[in-house]
Amino acid sequence: MEEALLLPRLRSGDAHAFEELVRRYMGRLLRVARRLLRSEEDARDAVQDAFVSAFRAIGDFESTARLSTWLHRIVVNACLMKLRTQRRKPEEDIEDYLPRFLEDGHQVEPSVAWGESAQTVMERAETRDLVRAAIEKLPETYRTVLLLRDIEELPTDEVARLLGVTPNAVKIRLHRGRQALRALLDPHMRGGR
Amino acid sequence: MITCRELITFLADYLDGALPAEKNAEFERHLALCDSCVRYIATYRETILMAKAAEDLPLGEPPEDLVRAILASVRA
Repeated sequence: MEEALLLPRLRSGDAHAFEELVRRYMGRLLRVARRLLRSEEDARDAVQDAFVSAFRAIGDFESTARLSTWLHRIVVNACLMKLRTQRRKPEEDIEDYLPRFLEDGHQVEPSVAWGESAQTVMERAETRDLVRAAIEKLPETYRTVLLLRDIEELPTDEVARLLGVTPNAVKIRLHRGRQALRALLDPHMRGGR
Repeated sequence: MITCRELITFLADYLDGALPAEKNAEFERHLALCDSCVRYIATYRETILMAKAAEDLPLGEPPEDLVRAILASVRA
């Protein structure tokens, strides 16, 4: 059923329409929650919370938006709420993963080319696992911004609003997160695998 | 002439095309002479592509028990 036909039924409280909404979008929302939370149990909880919030707020949904975009934002919010309430593990210092420079501004260790393209190496399951493990290793502050900006592709201003920080802070965290991820992948990627 | 430190610090702005024209030209001049920074940019870009590919998880079927739990919680 088209979104345009589903929406009035959702607004009238039609239980079958809501079931269709859940079945249609759950896979995508669960994937977002798994990325952000990593724990299957937490991801399922966040998706459940998101659909319950959506059910209650369907009257506020503006028909000019897409249901998928609206639901995506609700599940991201549910995941961030969960991350805030989780006991935070002590964060590693991001500085350990950033490039170091000499007094004259040159890099202490010159950068080395990687042996194979991202497209080639990412065809291997073990490289995908390695990259996900490296993302997991990033300090939470940077990992969340990297996922929201580079993977979920939310705009800087929206990520800033969701996290309660300035857009400039988001830009700095994103750049440092990418730099740290690059440093974690570098030993595996130099000269091919 | 800018340094490697300056180039790498403001790299994201350079790649986003967010630098003023004059600064952008300074970056280009630095890159024409610095192979290390050229390699840094290439591997930084590859990192972003690899993160996207790694997180492109399979969708899979919606778990039936979760569908039922959600439907039950909105009916409650």
